[in-house]
Amino acid sequence: MRSSGQHEAPLKLKLAAGAGLLFLHLPILLIFVYAFTTEERSYQWPPPGLTTKWLAVAWNRPDIWEALALSIKVASVSTLIALVLGTLCAAAVSRSQFFGRETISLLVILPIALPGIVTGIALRSAFNLSDIPFSTWTIILGHATFCVVVVYNNAVARFRRTSVSLIEASMDLGADGFQTLRYVILPNIATALLAGGMLAFALSFDEVIVTTFTAGQQQTLPIWMLEELVRPRQRPVTNVVAMVVVLATFLPILGAFYLTRDGDQIAGSGK
Amino acid sequence: MTAAVLFSKVSRHYGLVKALDEVDLEVLEGEFFAMLGPSGSGKTTCLRQIAGFDQPTAGHIEIFGETAEGVPPFRRNVNTVFQDYALFPHLNVLDNVAYGLMIRGIAKTERYRSAEEALDLVALPGLGKRRAGELSGGQRQRVALARALVNKPRVLLLDEPLGALDLKLREQMQEELKTLHRQLGITFIFVTHDQNEALSMADRVALFNEGRVVQVGTPQEIYRQPNSRFVADFVGSSNVLPPDFVASLVGSSRWASLRPESIRLTESGGHEASVVTSNFLGGSTRLALDLGSLRLHAMVPSISVVPVVGDKVHIDWNQGDMHLMEEGV
Amino acid sequence: MRRLADTLWRHPRLLLLLMLAPPVLWLGVIYLGSLAALLVQSFFSIDEFSGLINYEFTLKTYRELLIPANLDILVRTVSMATAVTLAAIAVAFPIAFYAARYARGRWKAAFYIGVMLPLWSSYLVKIYAWKLVLAKEGILNWLFAKLHLTWLLEAYLSLPLIGGNSLSVSYTGTFLVFLYVWLPFMILPLQAALERVPVNLLEASADLGGSSRQTFRHVVLPLALPGVIAGSIFTFSLTLGDYIIPQIIGSSRLFIGQAVYSHQGTAGNIPLAAAFAVVPIVIMGFYLWMAKRAGAFDAL
Repeated sequence: MRSSGQHEAPLKLKLAAGAGLLFLHLPILLIFVYAFTTEERSYQWPPPGLTTKWLAVAWNRPDIWEALALSIKVASVSTLIALVLGTLCAAAVSRSQFFGRETISLLVILPIALPGIVTGIALRSAFNLSDIPFSTWTIILGHATFCVVVVYNNAVARFRRTSVSLIEASMDLGADGFQTLRYVILPNIATALLAGGMLAFALSFDEVIVTTFTAGQQQTLPIWMLEELVRPRQRPVTNVVAMVVVLATFLPILGAFYLTRDGDQIAGSGK
Repeated sequence: MTAAVLFSKVSRHYGLVKALDEVDLEVLEGEFFAMLGPSGSGKTTCLRQIAGFDQPTAGHIEIFGETAEGVPPFRRNVNTVFQDYALFPHLNVLDNVAYGLMIRGIAKTERYRSAEEALDLVALPGLGKRRAGELSGGQRQRVALARALVNKPRVLLLDEPLGALDLKLREQMQEELKTLHRQLGITFIFVTHDQNEALSMADRVALFNEGRVVQVGTPQEIYRQPNSRFVADFVGSSNVLPPDFVASLVGSSRWASLRPESIRLTESGGHEASVVTSNFLGGSTRLALDLGSLRLHAMVPSISVVPVVGDKVHIDWNQGDMHLMEEGV
Repeated sequence: MRRLADTLWRHPRLLLLLMLAPPVLWLGVIYLGSLAALLVQSFFSIDEFSGLINYEFTLKTYRELLIPANLDILVRTVSMATAVTLAAIAVAFPIAFYAARYARGRWKAAFYIGVMLPLWSSYLVKIYAWKLVLAKEGILNWLFAKLHLTWLLEAYLSLPLIGGNSLSVSYTGTFLVFLYVWLPFMILPLQAALERVPVNLLEASADLGGSSRQTFRHVVLPLALPGVIAGSIFTFSLTLGDYIIPQIIGSSRLFIGQAVYSHQGTAGNIPLAAAFAVVPIVIMGFYLWMAKRAGAFDAL
């Protein structure tokens, strides 16, 4: 992988790469600054003053807490469902040869590969046709569907790295299928599942496009934020929430990275 | 003596491919039995069927008189040392060794004690707390051995156990396995493609080729009396004498095998041959000789005068060393 | 329990079936079923007078897509998607190239995290950040003022098509946000593809007399192509379907996503919304098929 004879990148390349990375990170850092501005009605730069009062204001807004609670609930349940479905699917696909294996892989990836609007309106029209009222459960239904692939990718990668002879050894030593699952298989895929679960949680927590189609009157945190974007009330409060969200997703991503670092790719290249 | 393992006309088909073709095999209790053969000969398939990871498509397998087909591996009193050792990476050495006991529900103190004893048996005392990744190849193999033996199986299976070890370690392990076998008195069945290993360790050897058992016997029998060209070629190198030449010597028109070390150089008499190549190997010298149109290989002690290329020499051998074979191939 | 374990061991196909059933049923019924429902709906039409859906098979709704106003929407969205994709390739390439070929050890991890974090950061937060940046009183305008380049900005904004009243209601603004949000999706597959270029190929090229630039053009670029295509699948598809970004940073000229959203909303014109939604599916299907032929799927 090393370009022979060139251990240092040309300066232009370094600058271009650095500039690109900066481009990626600066806007988010700006939000952090805006969370402390004293100016409430506009996005004036530079901020006229700095204050921490918006943190307290945000803390006391009940609608934020409600939205947060719903987001957490939806993300938790969706992640759980995605963990079960994704692991089952990954186990089946990586351990056996069967007709239609490729199709299953495609099926799993489809909810995330097709634009969110398609998934959203498809689910919405299906709910309409079958007269299912919109509720927290319809949101969860949508989220779980596209979270499966995140768990699936991580699980498949880990299954592929786990040698078959481990399962045989366990059975050879007297453990039946269930015992092998409990004492050998699960411990070996645990960190991959954890990583997949964390990524799925982050994905669900942040999702807005499909959610707007599958929610009724409920507000998840992203939906709350969307409202604020379109009809702002107290702008710095929105910034505070945004800042908290960035910090809150920072940790699971970092965690997932360290959990799957040795060899795997994190299933992040599909959102 | 009862048969530890009995195969009756066992076949294993994968579509049109015959991994095993009507194999009959009998492993006696307490034997050190080797299954030898080239890759794809079926020996590993047989081993896996004894362990329970594979099922025959036809035929019958018995382990100590009990039917084995349909019995899962976790119900058999058979344990395996895997080729890649298959140590559980998430457990330390002691937990690895004690795994089988844990599954059976044996209490912690007792199973740890048994595990320590097993580790002592394989000359790895005190390594209990380490993880598999921290051990050398040789150590890992011993742990795999201990893990299998601690369950006191009636049959121990070893799948190419010494393949990944370097030469010195391999020789050492060969001796240790033999010693263990004598100590424990249980049946050992191991699979290898290395005929030196099979000959040096086993009480009896079964030679496989293309899904069939070609010959079964003690190492001496297999070596001295190969029943076909394949055996003669695979086990040690051998000269294969064509029927007409054999007929001129003993009157019987059959193929015969003649081991290189049976050929000796004489002053006169015997057959006249010319030296084509001469390889000095230290204690012995390997010669390629042309006897008319026949190419022979001889292994002679490296005495003071070693023939060189182009020399004309006289060679001879005992008639008894020439083993007449059943079939030509 | 033992009996169950034995049975499952004896019948591996049964076990496979049990493992596959829940996920496949879920995805098949919920997801594929919904997609089918959507497709079916696009062949219905809405009765102009009553506003009710007419459940009869017709191509009338698709024909409606072809009226100038709607065609505009389609063209606008596809052009934006193309522009964003091309720009993303240009910006992502240096980053991916550096990360793949020069970053080592800690720097490699830092780069990886540096790309993953924005990728997984809240989508809305990212859009919001740009709203701050592009606002009339925001940092970008302030920067231009400080550099005495406000005249440049206004000249730019007075350009037709890509200009507008302010950055945040111009196509340029929309374009920038799209680029920003989808950039990590281009970097990652590109980096993966570049990492896969074996060093000995570069050495062989140099050995055969190729200069750095020639090696780049004839060896690196073609091998990086699958990564480029893989990344472009994301950027193109995501832009085609997005309705939030144009809504927040953009004018009232609609994109496909917004058209779908508005038609299925109060208007209740689900067939037209469905028809609009089918367009990205068809475009992406075609794009994916071409990409598969070019061998891009290994980079995913």
